[in-house]
Amino acid sequence: MRHEITLIVNGVAQRVDVPARRLLCDCLRHDLGLTGTHVGCEHGVCGCCTVLLDGEPVRSCLTFAVTVDGREITTVEGLAGPEGMSPVQRAFAECHGLQCGFCTPGFLCTATALLRDNPAPTDEEVLEGISGNLCRCTGYQNIIKSVHRAAELIAEEEGR
Amino acid sequence: MTTRLFGERVQRKEDPRLLTGQGRFLDDLGRDALAVAFVRSPHAHARILDIDVSGALDVEGLVAVYTWEDLPGRVAEPLPLLIPHPALTHGRTAYALAKEFVRHVGEPVVMVVAEDRYLAEDACARIHVHYELLKAVVGIEEAAHGAALVHDDVPGNVGAHLVQEVPSRAGENAREAIETAPHTLAFRLDIERSACTPLEGRGVHARWDGTDLRVYSSTQTSTSVRMAIAAKLDLPLPHVEVIAPDVGGGFGVKIVHPWPEEILVPWAAMLLGRELKWTEDRREHFISSAHERGQVQYVRVGFDDEGHVLGLDVTIMHDHGAYTPYGIIVPIVTSTQLLGPYKIGAYRVEFTSIYTNTVQVTPYRGAGRPQGVFCMERTMDKIAQYLGKDRTEVRAANFIQPEDFPYDQGMIFQDGRPLIYDSGDYPAMLALLKRLIGWDTFEKRPGIGIGVGCYVEGTGVGPYEGGHVQITSDGRVHVSTGLTSQGQGHETVFAQIAATELGVPIERVSVVTGDTRRFGYAVGTFASRAAVVSGNAIALACRKVREKALRIAAEALEADPGDLEITDGLVHVVGAPAASIPLSTVAVLSNPLRYSFDAETAKATQFSGGGASYDKPPVAEGDEPGLEGRDYYSPLRSTFAAGMHAAIVETDKDTAEIRILRYAVVHDCGKLINPMIVEGQIHGGVAQGVGGALYERMVYDSHGQLLNASFMDFLMPYATEVPRIETDHLETPSPLNPLGIKGAGEAGVIPVAAVIAGAIEDAEGLAIDRMPISPSELFHLRSGG
Repeated sequence: MRHEITLIVNGVAQRVDVPARRLLCDCLRHDLGLTGTHVGCEHGVCGCCTVLLDGEPVRSCLTFAVTVDGREITTVEGLAGPEGMSPVQRAFAECHGLQCGFCTPGFLCTATALLRDNPAPTDEEVLEGISGNLCRCTGYQNIIKSVHRAAELIAEEEGR
Repeated sequence: MTTRLFGERVQRKEDPRLLTGQGRFLDDLGRDALAVAFVRSPHAHARILDIDVSGALDVEGLVAVYTWEDLPGRVAEPLPLLIPHPALTHGRTAYALAKEFVRHVGEPVVMVVAEDRYLAEDACARIHVHYELLKAVVGIEEAAHGAALVHDDVPGNVGAHLVQEVPSRAGENAREAIETAPHTLAFRLDIERSACTPLEGRGVHARWDGTDLRVYSSTQTSTSVRMAIAAKLDLPLPHVEVIAPDVGGGFGVKIVHPWPEEILVPWAAMLLGRELKWTEDRREHFISSAHERGQVQYVRVGFDDEGHVLGLDVTIMHDHGAYTPYGIIVPIVTSTQLLGPYKIGAYRVEFTSIYTNTVQVTPYRGAGRPQGVFCMERTMDKIAQYLGKDRTEVRAANFIQPEDFPYDQGMIFQDGRPLIYDSGDYPAMLALLKRLIGWDTFEKRPGIGIGVGCYVEGTGVGPYEGGHVQITSDGRVHVSTGLTSQGQGHETVFAQIAATELGVPIERVSVVTGDTRRFGYAVGTFASRAAVVSGNAIALACRKVREKALRIAAEALEADPGDLEITDGLVHVVGAPAASIPLSTVAVLSNPLRYSFDAETAKATQFSGGGASYDKPPVAEGDEPGLEGRDYYSPLRSTFAAGMHAAIVETDKDTAEIRILRYAVVHDCGKLINPMIVEGQIHGGVAQGVGGALYERMVYDSHGQLLNASFMDFLMPYATEVPRIETDHLETPSPLNPLGIKGAGEAGVIPVAAVIAGAIEDAEGLAIDRMPISPSELFHLRSGG
């Protein structure tokens, strides 16, 4: 049994025909060709597949595509603006917040939502905010630094 | 040279694509490819009686089902034993699909190809394999007992046995030295299994066009996968190309090859004439790839009143799982690198490498060193405690001194070459570390402890790597090397080397790794070797290109090549920047043309004048067209990096929870190419070390079932578990290579378990002789359990 659904992905309405069991991550990656969202465990632990659903971080590997019909989804491909990479993306580059880059899209989506809700997080709040995402390369130190740096960059941009 | 980028914190060239979702990882490729899935053994040890695939045949979208019986020729033979060793008398490798026997849970039995992965898994679920269960051999001691066998023809489950003896300078052997030493200690250490667990698992994509086979694999060695595929599928090597795309972490597991899937996916792609892809899922990675670390060590040490080690005798029982595709590299590394930064009076090490019905054991970042360092550093702590001395004092008493280099440890290292340390300054390093952590001012309180650990790491092992550098007529520099990348920032550091050597802006340099279309000769990325071996090869290739550029430019400028230098991509006379020629033009002049395609290349065509001599051909004898160069670096032997770590931990008096309050690292990898990247490597290594010290283990039950084969139960550290890491660097350049560099990739992980064990021991006053140690284990230790 297939279902026709519409997902608003990175601001663009996409109609797609999927079986009920199609995971959102597979729909994004294989049906829509947005392979920036990665799948690291398929059981909701690693956070690599994190996307923003109506602005909130969700595990796309634990979400059936049919359950988000009509909703807005932001993937890593949608974080950059017309002027280039977002402050969060720029901060990760500046602070060496990534190595292999596989977990990175999940961290970027998580950090984007975190800083929107809390523009000046403390160390503890950053730690708490990213504590649902696994990274095997960086030891997290530069990811934490990146999130703080992103907060500064956002503040600078808004101050302008 | 104004374009000096070597040693700078240059931002990574890889990042823009990885930050915007434009990376190309294995599963991002082949959107229209057929999907492959496997039926894997649910039993640790069994005989296959029958495989009934009939239930799968009416699954919609099913394309093909294969068992071992379907495999032809060399595809049906056992996978290669990559690194034979005379001591590995009973090496055994798996078949690509199980033939008659399965020897661990997760071994592939049936391969299914379908229109998509969901359908392939549907078909897998309907295939029934009938097994006769055999006794599973689990755990080092049970395996060593030898009552049940993993392989019928391997008595006692012993794959390899090796004794290495290094007598004292006076010719005394270790056991004699221990017998006559003023003090002796004997103890046992237990190290549990862990695994690399990169966040991207393995994966293979293959495409056959009737003549040429192109394979993408999430591998640490594309050149060697290519040779294995060509041999297994009986294809001429030039018709096979293998590419490692962006790889989501490796840490050792992806150096193993060819994996069954690396042979089966290309084979079936050729047979079906369709593009095929297999992407490993997380459970498959836990039960079907490789693990490491598991050892039991029996230690005897003899020492004097100052703590000098007079004799050390270590017996290692190494669990290598069901197969030995990577030989006995891990226990060899343990037994050689155990010596660390120390001069040991006499040393004897004996290891037995043992089969069990568990996932095979191959190198994981550190590759046997964390176990060796755990042994040596626990030994140092125990000597200090016995003598009532400061733990750093005992270490210092045994250090190799700066004037002792090159220092010959008298053994053969994992590269088959002498274990001779090239350079280092261990006393200076310890002084830096003590200052960084505040060792001398640390105040001991109940529940708070401090620990220290030292190691030496042989890095940059051979046999060789190569580099190719081409400057094109647009002035861009194209660098390629055969080894692969899994997040180490090779595109950046190799570009830094090339930009520095050639005097060009780094923006003009691009680097390709792990693509056999670009560079066919290579070994791979492992053993902290990429920067050392490929880095030097690229530097040497750049020097050839630079020499040629200066020669051509000198003719054009009517100057002496010795008076020229290159700045910002412009060749000019030293001190006279006006007399200059851009490298883009030099590239044009280097390649005599019949046909031009723009104004610049018109300068190199046959009627353009330029004062060509009619006595010489357009390309002089011994010369080649183009501004490019290729060179190789083959190290005489490994170069030895070193590091020392210290930690302060707090243990909860009620819950026995262990918290790391501070973690300090002093590291020496010779000249730093990019300190930002080296620090990143250290941070990541320490985090993996923390996992190994406190959280990660592979929990097998007595039936050989891996009980924690998911991220829900295998406790990989999150940000909340990893302390902030304070780092400092020492730079003792390697005298062995032109750039003076040593490897850094594995360093961070190596001493962590030893350091944490020492700190917990200090906090608790209890001997910590195992890794990892959980709160519940500490709790039981407190009550004498």
